[in-house]
Amino acid sequence: MGLNIIWESMPRFLDGTLITIQITALSVIIGLCLAVPLALMRVAKNPFVRGPVYAFIFYFRGTPLLVQIFLIYYGSGQFQNGLSQMGLWPFFREAYFCAIMSLTLNTAAYTAEILRGAIQGVPWGEIEAARACGMSGALLYRRIILPKAFRLAWPAYTNEVVFLLQASSLVSIITLMDITGVARVLAARTFAFYELFLTAAVIYLVLVYGVIWAFHRIEHRISAHLRAAPETTESIGRL
Amino acid sequence: MGLQGYGWLLLDGAKLTVLVGLCSMTIAIFLGLIASWGKLTSARFARGIANTYTTVIRGVPELVLILLVYYGVPTLIQDIASAAGADIIIDLNPFTAGVGTIGFIYGAFATEVFRGAYLAVPRGQIEAARAMGMSTALTFRRVTLPQMWRFALPGLGNVWMVLIKATALISVIQLPELMRNADIASRATRMPFTFYFAASILYLLITVASMLFQQKAESWANRGVRRS
Repeated sequence: MGLNIIWESMPRFLDGTLITIQITALSVIIGLCLAVPLALMRVAKNPFVRGPVYAFIFYFRGTPLLVQIFLIYYGSGQFQNGLSQMGLWPFFREAYFCAIMSLTLNTAAYTAEILRGAIQGVPWGEIEAARACGMSGALLYRRIILPKAFRLAWPAYTNEVVFLLQASSLVSIITLMDITGVARVLAARTFAFYELFLTAAVIYLVLVYGVIWAFHRIEHRISAHLRAAPETTESIGRL
Repeated sequence: MGLQGYGWLLLDGAKLTVLVGLCSMTIAIFLGLIASWGKLTSARFARGIANTYTTVIRGVPELVLILLVYYGVPTLIQDIASAAGADIIIDLNPFTAGVGTIGFIYGAFATEVFRGAYLAVPRGQIEAARAMGMSTALTFRRVTLPQMWRFALPGLGNVWMVLIKATALISVIQLPELMRNADIASRATRMPFTFYFAASILYLLITVASMLFQQKAESWANRGVRRS
């Protein structure tokens, strides 16, 4: 086995790892910012608000991410003239921009659906209690519904972030040099296929379980009030 | 529709996509049943293998695994063979590599579904079957398995939805399924948006058809259950 090849390609893999983390983090953050208003529109009573959002979520959850990436990266070429006139072509020409855009829209759709489920899962009694206290509209959402919904959604959201981290490997198909991209380019050059792809797999494994660990820590923190209070023997001693 | 005669190419691709999906799903269900047994058994060795399988598979992207199997496995076997003094050349075809890998990956997800379904079957029924003198295998066939389907169907439906979308990745190893054919058509006509969009609509149709089928299957599986 070519351990040398793996050792020599480590600097390239490190660069790739940074690209993967960067793309994933940007998409997760922008995607979440889009998902919150989308989820609120999705639970709206007005069908003209709810309908288009439902269609968006249905389309992005029902088609493969690869099609979405190609649609934005290669598909935009069909409208080059129009995009140039609007001054948008320099963005759509860049693989990096198209990758972020497709991953963002994809995760926004999935996250909005997760949040919708969570918002509808907020216990009715809590909303009634808030109304009885005189809260309504934006205040009710900001103080009661959204914080509760985020806690309910957290485990599913953890899965979504892990999914996105893995899905970011698809950007290597549109020439970006993330972990998978580095492995593919080096493998084509050195023919050390299994050594390099196994290395890539191990890096992803570490990243994925790192993310899961971090998200579980956060889950532990935001659900602290739901656990029994820790045994405080020393406070008894102080009495 | 303005597909310039390439509509049939897309439909052929869609057929292959569904075929790849069905073959992979069969493998996934088979592996899922075996691995879920491994997770629930008291044999430590089998449990170790099953846990490693699901842990590793769920932490590595599908694309990397497909590339690893398609390019890596033949070279690995050749390297091992040449070290042993034999000289062989192995060429995996894209269909086998793709179906095998996708099935292997989603087998890990099916494992969790079956594990949950098995645990959802009331203990008392299994004890009752044992008390009637049924052997482990007979209990599984007559009591556990028929009920497991009912609990497993929603989860398996989800696995199928994700699986059918993952088959698009096999286009990377040049299998002429829907995505690959859309690629060919868009290069030939220089209308990438039109063809990728048409492909996405076909995927959407497959998804919708699957959802309808899933509803039917679930109501069939729940036909003997009293509803409140």
